[in-house]
Amino acid sequence: MPETVDSLSPLFAWLVSLALVPVLLVLRKRPNLRDGASLVAGVVKLALVISLVPLVTAGKVVVVTLAEVLPGLPIQFRVDGLGLLFALVASGLWIVTTLYAMGYMRGLDEHSQTRFYSFFAVSLSATLGVAFAGNLLTLYLFYELLSLSTWPLVTHHGDAEGRSGGRTYLAYLLGSSIGLALPALIFCYMRSGGNMDFTTTGFLAGKVSVVEGTVVLLMFTYGFAKAGLMPLHSWLPAAMVAPTPVSALLHAVAVVKVGVFCVIRVFTGVFGIEFLRGIPGAQIVAALAGITIVVSSLIALSQDNLKRRLAFSTIGQLSYIIMGVALLSDNGTVGSIMHIATHAFGKITLFFCAGAIYVATGKKYVSQMGGLGRRMPWTMGAFLVASLSIIGLPPGGGAWSKWYLLLGTLDAGAWWLAAALVASTLLNIGYLLPVAVSAFFGKAAEGDDGVGGEAPLACVIPLCLTALMTLVWFVFPGLLKTLASLMT
Amino acid sequence: MTEHFPVFIVLIPFFGALLCGLLGMRWPRVCPGIALAGMGLAVVVAAAILQRVAEVGEWSYFVGKWEQPRGIGIELRVDGINALVLSAVAVVGWLVAVFSPGRLGRDEESKPTQFYILFLLLMTGLFGITVTGDAFNLYVMIEISALTGYALLAMGPHSRARLATFNYLIMGTIGASFYLLGVGYLYLHTGMLNMAGIHTVLAANPASSVALVAFTLIMVGLWLKMALFPLGGWLPNVYTYGPPLAAAAAAPLVTKVTVYVMVRMMVTVFGWKWVFGGGGWNEAVVWLAVVAILAGALMALAAKDLKRMLCCLILSEVGYMVGGAWLANRWGMTGAIYHILGDAFMTLTLFLAAGVLAGRAAIFKLERFEGMFRRQPWVMAAFAVGALGMIGLPPTCGFFSKWFLIRGGLEAGHYGYVGALIVSSLINAVLFFRIFEIAVFGSKPGKHGYDGPQVVVEPDGVKAKGGDLLALYGAAAMVVVVGLGSGWISGVIQRALEVNGVPLAAPAVLAPAVDETPTNDH
Repeated sequence: MPETVDSLSPLFAWLVSLALVPVLLVLRKRPNLRDGASLVAGVVKLALVISLVPLVTAGKVVVVTLAEVLPGLPIQFRVDGLGLLFALVASGLWIVTTLYAMGYMRGLDEHSQTRFYSFFAVSLSATLGVAFAGNLLTLYLFYELLSLSTWPLVTHHGDAEGRSGGRTYLAYLLGSSIGLALPALIFCYMRSGGNMDFTTTGFLAGKVSVVEGTVVLLMFTYGFAKAGLMPLHSWLPAAMVAPTPVSALLHAVAVVKVGVFCVIRVFTGVFGIEFLRGIPGAQIVAALAGITIVVSSLIALSQDNLKRRLAFSTIGQLSYIIMGVALLSDNGTVGSIMHIATHAFGKITLFFCAGAIYVATGKKYVSQMGGLGRRMPWTMGAFLVASLSIIGLPPGGGAWSKWYLLLGTLDAGAWWLAAALVASTLLNIGYLLPVAVSAFFGKAAEGDDGVGGEAPLACVIPLCLTALMTLVWFVFPGLLKTLASLMT
Repeated sequence: MTEHFPVFIVLIPFFGALLCGLLGMRWPRVCPGIALAGMGLAVVVAAAILQRVAEVGEWSYFVGKWEQPRGIGIELRVDGINALVLSAVAVVGWLVAVFSPGRLGRDEESKPTQFYILFLLLMTGLFGITVTGDAFNLYVMIEISALTGYALLAMGPHSRARLATFNYLIMGTIGASFYLLGVGYLYLHTGMLNMAGIHTVLAANPASSVALVAFTLIMVGLWLKMALFPLGGWLPNVYTYGPPLAAAAAAPLVTKVTVYVMVRMMVTVFGWKWVFGGGGWNEAVVWLAVVAILAGALMALAAKDLKRMLCCLILSEVGYMVGGAWLANRWGMTGAIYHILGDAFMTLTLFLAAGVLAGRAAIFKLERFEGMFRRQPWVMAAFAVGALGMIGLPPTCGFFSKWFLIRGGLEAGHYGYVGALIVSSLINAVLFFRIFEIAVFGSKPGKHGYDGPQVVVEPDGVKAKGGDLLALYGAAAMVVVVGLGSGWISGVIQRALEVNGVPLAAPAVLAPAVDETPTNDH
C-alpha cells in the first residue's frame, strides 16, 4: 500500500466551484463581476490541484474523509496519480472554457447565463469528486451528481430539439447507472465484505467466480455509459444540442472522461489487472472497444454537422482509452491514462473552433466551411494543429498516447486491435484533415462573400492556448507519463 | 425517568387533544400552539427513547404496573425498530404542526379546533400502535388512528372528499376487522394477548392450523390497511381530495405505521422461524410486492395531476417495503424498516410541497408547474430533494433504502424484485424530470430561449410563508439526514433484529464462491 497523507486541499479544490454558485446567484445582475468571479474560482481551483502534484508524484496518496455513511464505506477522497491527472486536466480546462464561454455566450447574446454558469460550476465539482473518489460509493455519488447537473446545460436552449436531447441524455445515463452500475455496486459490497476502497490489486480480486467477474465487469463498463461504448453511445450526439462551451468542456472532457475514468477505476481499482488476466471479461471489453473505434470513425466520416462529426470522433477516442486499459498490459494502461489528457486538449480545441465558426459566421456544416481559413486563420490553424494531435501525428501530444496504446496492443499480442488502431488513424485523417484543408485551399461556399473576421477575442485566445498545449504535451510529456506510470 | 417515556409519548398528544378541546372552543387560536408544543415535546421524548435504546437496549413498560403477560396488563415495549418509527412519526407530526398556522382558514375550512383535536388524536393512535406490546391494544390504537383519520380526511374542501373517505372507511374497517378476527384466533390458540406471550406459546407448538388462519387473517387485514396493491384502490382518491394538510400528515404515516405492524407481527409475534419456516409462500408474497411496485409506478406514469401521481407512488413504495420484509433475510428486513423512515420523510416533503403549490385545489395538473422554478424557487428546491430521494440518488435516504433492499434481493436470489426496484426508480426519474422540464421550460416546447410564460396568472397556490418553508426545509433536510445516518440507523435496526432472532442470511447464499476463483498463472 502506498503511503497516505491527510490533507484538506482536495476538499477545498472540490468546494471552490460549489461555493462559487451562491456568488454567481448574488452577482446575477452584474455580468462582468459574475464572469470575473468564475475566472478567479477557476484559478484558485487549479492552484489547489497543482499544490497536490509534489505529494502525489512522490508516490503518496492524499486522503480526506467527508462522512462515514455505511460501515466501512465512507464518502472519501483519495488522490492518486490517475485522479490527479484527470483533476489537473478538468480544472485547467475549466479556466480556458470559462473565458471561451464569456465570448461565446455574449457573442450570441444567450439567455439565462447565470443558470448556465452555476450548473457549469456544479458540474466541475462533480467531476473533481469523481476524480478524487476513494471508493466506489463516492465515485457513484459524484457520477450521478454530474448527470443531473449537466442536464440543464444540455437542455439549455429549451426548444423542442434541446428537450429531446436532454431526455435522451438522461434516459441513457440514469438508466444505465441505476439499472446496471448500482446492482453491480451492491454486489461488490456484498462480496468484498464491506470494503470498497480502490486498491492497486483490486478489492474484488479473488472474491468472485469467473462468470460473476465477467458479468460484473460488463455491467460496470456499460453502467458507466458516459464512456460511450457502443451500443450505449447515442446520448453523446444527442447532447450536442447544448451550447458549444458545454460540448467542449463536458462532452469532450469532463463528462465523457468521467465515463472512461470510471471504467479505468473498475479495471485497476476494483478487479485489479492481475485478477482480470484470469477471466475473459477484459478481452470482451477490448473487442467491443475495437468495434466501437472502427464503427464510430466510419459514422464520423458521413457527418456533415461539424459538432456531430466531432461527437462521433469522441466516441471512437473514448474507446481507445477503454481498449488501452482492457489490454491489461502496463503500456496499454499508461497509454490509456495519457490519452485522457492528450485527447482532452485536442478535442476541446476542435469544439472551440466549431463554436467560434458558429459565432462568427453562423455555420454549422462542414460543407459550408470551404475557404474559411482565409477569413479565420487563427481558428482554422488551431483546428489543424488539434487535428494532428487527435490523429496521433507529431507534433501533437496525441502521438505519445497513441504510441503507448500501440505498444500495449503489441505487448498483449492483439494484432487485430493494432490493426483497428491503424485503420482508425486513417479514418481520423479522412474525417478531420479535409475540414482544415478545404478551409485553407478550398473554394468559398455559394453565396458566401467571405467578409468579416475572427470570432471575439475571448473565443480565439482560448482555442489558440489549448492548441498550443497539444504541442507542449508533445515536447514535455514527462508529467503525464509520471502520473500515468504511478498506476501500473 | 426515561423508562416512563413509552407511555408519555402516547399521553402527550392525547392530553394535547383534550386541551385543544377545552380551550379551543373559546380561543381557537391557541390550538396550533398546543399542537406545536405537544409535538415538539413528543420529538424530544422520542429522541430520548431512541438514544436509550441505542445505548442500553430494549425495555418494557407495564401500564399501571400490571406486570404479567397473562391477564389484563398492557405492556409497552420499545426496541430499536419501534424507537426509530416513533422518532419518524414524532418528527413528521411536528413538521406538520409547524406547517399549519399559515395554512389555516384556507385549507381546513376554518375549523382549527376540530382539525387540531383530530390531528393530535391521530398522533396518539399512531404512537400507540408503534409502542404497544399487546396485540389487542394494537387493535384499539389502529381504530383510534383510523377513525380520526376518516374525520380529518373528510374535512376536505373538495366535494369528492366525502365519498372517497367513505370508501376508505369501508375498506379500513374491513381491514381492521380481519386483524381483530386474527387476534381472536390467536387468543383462542394461546390464551394470550401479549405479543411476547403469544410468541412463547407459538414457539412451543408451531404446527398449528389455528395460528396459520390467524396469521393469514392478520396479514390480509394489514395489507388492506397499508394499501398493498390490489388492495389499495381506496388510497389515491382519499389523499388527492382530502384537505392538503391532513393528507400531508396521514399519507407519510398511516401506511408506514401499518407496515411497521406487519414487521412486528412477523419478527416478534409469530417469529422468524414460524413465518419463514415452511411453505415457501414468502416467495409468492414478494411477487405480489413486485406487482404492487410496477402497478403503482405505471399508474403514476398515467396520472395527469401531481397529487394523484404522488398517491400512486405510495402504492409503489408499499410494495418496496412488503417485498423487502418478505425476502426472508436480514438485509431485506433492514431495508424495509429503514424505508419506513425514509419514505415517511420523502412523502412528507413531496406532499407539503404539493400543498403549497396547489393551495386549496385538489387537482394540480402537471402543466401548472410552468415557470415554477422562477415563481417559487424555494419550494421547488425542497420538492427537488424529495424527488431525487424518490429516484434514489445518493446521498438521499432513497438511495440507501434501495441499497439495503437490493442487497436483500440479491442475497435472496430474487432477481424479479431487484428488477422491479430498478424499473420503478427509472420510472420515478421519468416522472420527476418530466415535471422539472415543465417547471424550467414550460409545458410546450417553445422557441430557443423560451423559459415558459413570463406573465402567469397566480393560481390558488400562494407564496410560501415562513412556517411553511421551515416545515418544507425540515422535511427535505430529514431526507438527507436519514440518508447520511443510514449506517447508524441500519446498525440500530440490525441489533434489534438480532434480539428478535432474525438470521443474517440464508446459509446457501452466505457461502462465497471461492472454489471457482481462477488461478493467476501470468
